[in-house]
Amino acid sequence: MSSSFQIDFSEAGATQRIIGIDLGTTNSLGAFMDLTGPAIIPGPDGEHIVPSVVAIPESGDPIVGIEARAMLTTDPDRVIYSVKRLMGRGLDDVKEELKLFPFRIADGSESVIRLTIGNKTLTPPEVSALILKQIKTNAEAFFNETVDQAVITVPAYFNDTQRQATKDAGRIAGLEVLRLVNEPTAAALAYGLDKRKEGIIAVYDFGGGTFDISILKLHNGIFEVLATNGDTHLGGDDIDNLLIAVALEDIQSEWSENIRGNQEAVQILRKAVIEAKEQLSFAPAVKLSLEWRGKAYQRELSRDVFNKLITPVVDRTLTPCRACIADANVTVEQINEVVMVGGSTRIPLVRTAVEALFKAKPHTELNPDEVVALGAAVQAGILSGDVEDTLLLDVTPLSLGIETMGGVVSKLITRNSTIPASAMENFTTAVDGQRNVLIHVLQGEREMARDCRSLARFDLKDIDPMPAGLPRIEVKFLIDANGILSVTARETRTGKEQSIEVKPSYGLTDEQVEAMIEESIEKAEADFIERQVREARVEADRIFKAVDKGKQNQAWDTLSDDEREAIQKVYNELILAYHSDYYDLIRDKIHELDQVTRPLAERMMNTAVSVALEGTKIE
Amino acid sequence: MITCWQCKKELEKGLFCPSCNALQSPPTDYFTFFSLPRHLSINIEALQAKFYDLSRKLHPDKYSRKSETERANSTAATAVLNDAWRTLKNPITRAEYLLAQSGLEIGEQRSKDVPPELLDEVFELNMALEELRHGDQSAKVELATAREKFQAMLAASDADLENLFVKHDAESCPPALAAIRAVLNRRRYITNLIRDVDKELS
Ligand SMILES: [Zn+2]
Repeated sequence: MSSSFQIDFSEAGATQRIIGIDLGTTNSLGAFMDLTGPAIIPGPDGEHIVPSVVAIPESGDPIVGIEARAMLTTDPDRVIYSVKRLMGRGLDDVKEELKLFPFRIADGSESVIRLTIGNKTLTPPEVSALILKQIKTNAEAFFNETVDQAVITVPAYFNDTQRQATKDAGRIAGLEVLRLVNEPTAAALAYGLDKRKEGIIAVYDFGGGTFDISILKLHNGIFEVLATNGDTHLGGDDIDNLLIAVALEDIQSEWSENIRGNQEAVQILRKAVIEAKEQLSFAPAVKLSLEWRGKAYQRELSRDVFNKLITPVVDRTLTPCRACIADANVTVEQINEVVMVGGSTRIPLVRTAVEALFKAKPHTELNPDEVVALGAAVQAGILSGDVEDTLLLDVTPLSLGIETMGGVVSKLITRNSTIPASAMENFTTAVDGQRNVLIHVLQGEREMARDCRSLARFDLKDIDPMPAGLPRIEVKFLIDANGILSVTARETRTGKEQSIEVKPSYGLTDEQVEAMIEESIEKAEADFIERQVREARVEADRIFKAVDKGKQNQAWDTLSDDEREAIQKVYNELILAYHSDYYDLIRDKIHELDQVTRPLAERMMNTAVSVALEGTKIE
Repeated sequence: MITCWQCKKELEKGLFCPSCNALQSPPTDYFTFFSLPRHLSINIEALQAKFYDLSRKLHPDKYSRKSETERANSTAATAVLNDAWRTLKNPITRAEYLLAQSGLEIGEQRSKDVPPELLDEVFELNMALEELRHGDQSAKVELATAREKFQAMLAASDADLENLFVKHDAESCPPALAAIRAVLNRRRYITNLIRDVDKELS
């Protein structure tokens, strides 16, 4: 809406806000670029962190965050956590997860996992969308404006399908995902290490459910990722599960009772175990205890025993680190700084192991739970143009290839290539009159297709019937800046675009995502009204401010009494409308106030001009 | 006449429209992209500086508020930039790229053909590998010696390549290209031998 007062309103023309979101396995949070640097967006209760936990109550809206987490011990069947472990995965991929986590898989989960939560069935992107929506809502309340653009972080080692699933989650939540940025790279941005002009840095990111290592080169504000490695099945959750397993064994021998199958008991134990783990970062020993149906279990856990227990988990992070150093083609001595990210890096044994490997004292100044979100906000600032001179050159973590004769993979784009990256490949037909060519695209480092991750099958359709070998179809594989693949094809003789049908091996089809967006739009009807009111109020605030300013101006005194009264009357009416829920009423009054203040605006303009002219004369 | 997608005015060489500054669809040839002559000897420092400079100008991060066409052009241009830098910075992939463009592609299978001048070495190597597989640990010494020899051959082929690059750039003659192709084939074969030895020794 145009208001004549916007001429001298400093916030006019402000561009749309982009927020940064860390969508974590255990916790999620949002951040934004403040004038002084990245800052966390608080929730309505002042809490920063939104636990990545979703509860579906018997009736009413889904519950996200702390409240949902509290329901884990009272109503575990209605609650889901660590859903990030299932993002973009098929049933075969998560066999191990299913043994350790209380995921309840619904029927029809072949290509997309469907989870039973209470009386609902949801896919992992839909659950993640609920978490994202909570952060969006928090941000909108905090800024008092609509927020619909975001940068979302993903583990660097996420494959194409997992990235696509994250993007889908954003879309379902009503967010335009402008960029997926890798978590370790985001952390490097947050540390503002570009103050150092040149250097090599390593980022060790050990989160709740994933492990990443990235090595970057800094060069005059350019963050160039040299190599990345990781394990998307490894995180602090694994440490919790180890401790739970030990406790369950103790309990079985002490009580002669197996409580493994009781979700409520296991969740209470999980809570106790996490507390014990956290305390052990500071205390040399803790007591781990569980009370359950009148029985009590207690054991002392020393840090020494804890360290012994988790050494295999910590060691599993060191193998990718060594591979990454080799891939980056640097020596340990060349690495100037090491940055620690993720809650699990609070564990003293993890810090010792990292220090020993990299021969450098790791950076721990920033809160490891917040650093990724802060980095996402910096990336949002880069996209909006607020942050200049900083640029991120990231890489694809996995090689991309196609299946050839005998199930062998022919690599087209090798891992650690800077993205965007592309590759061209020519295809032809094998028999006369062949109309289709099928291309199986995979991601991974192994030689055989069966050992790599199947991304999709692309069906080049409607090829003009020709003798075998005559058609020349040029297929272009493009990995974009988000690490997501797209494929286009054209017949080079005719130059005509070749039609392709994509059959993703895992994940949602475009149609499915659209349907989910539709559904959320229907639900968003109420949200819509609320948003309209909020936006109208922002507009009203703007005009109030402008009118108040106008009253201070000498032009105000040149108005007639009638004019001044008319302005004051509408001004008061807008104040009343402001506190109603009728956004159209607020808008009407804004429009009216805009009309009656037009003489004031014109005179203010004239005064401004004459003052400026006077200024010129004097000079 | 090639025209700008946005203002429809005529385009000159370069990625940006001289009239409206809109980013155009990029050329796909790596040498053209970097405005380089089709030479095999390249000043890597200068190319790297150009790579960073163009990254700042072309990267999709700089276009997130622009039109869909310009965003797509940015992704396409940055992809060519990255592909070109990755290929050209390494003398081997650089030569392979130029060979492929001249229709002298090095096929995967060709590396399995034994270059005749290596026949004696390969014969001895296979004997040593066979002995090791049958438990003769003394063969390890032979393998280590063979490895050193192959490494020396690689270094020699690097020197050969450098000379051939200069020759190619001076005359841009097809015989030089054919010779380069022979050296690359040999090189690939030797690299495979070293890999096989390492596999046995580890
Ligand atoms: Zn133009």
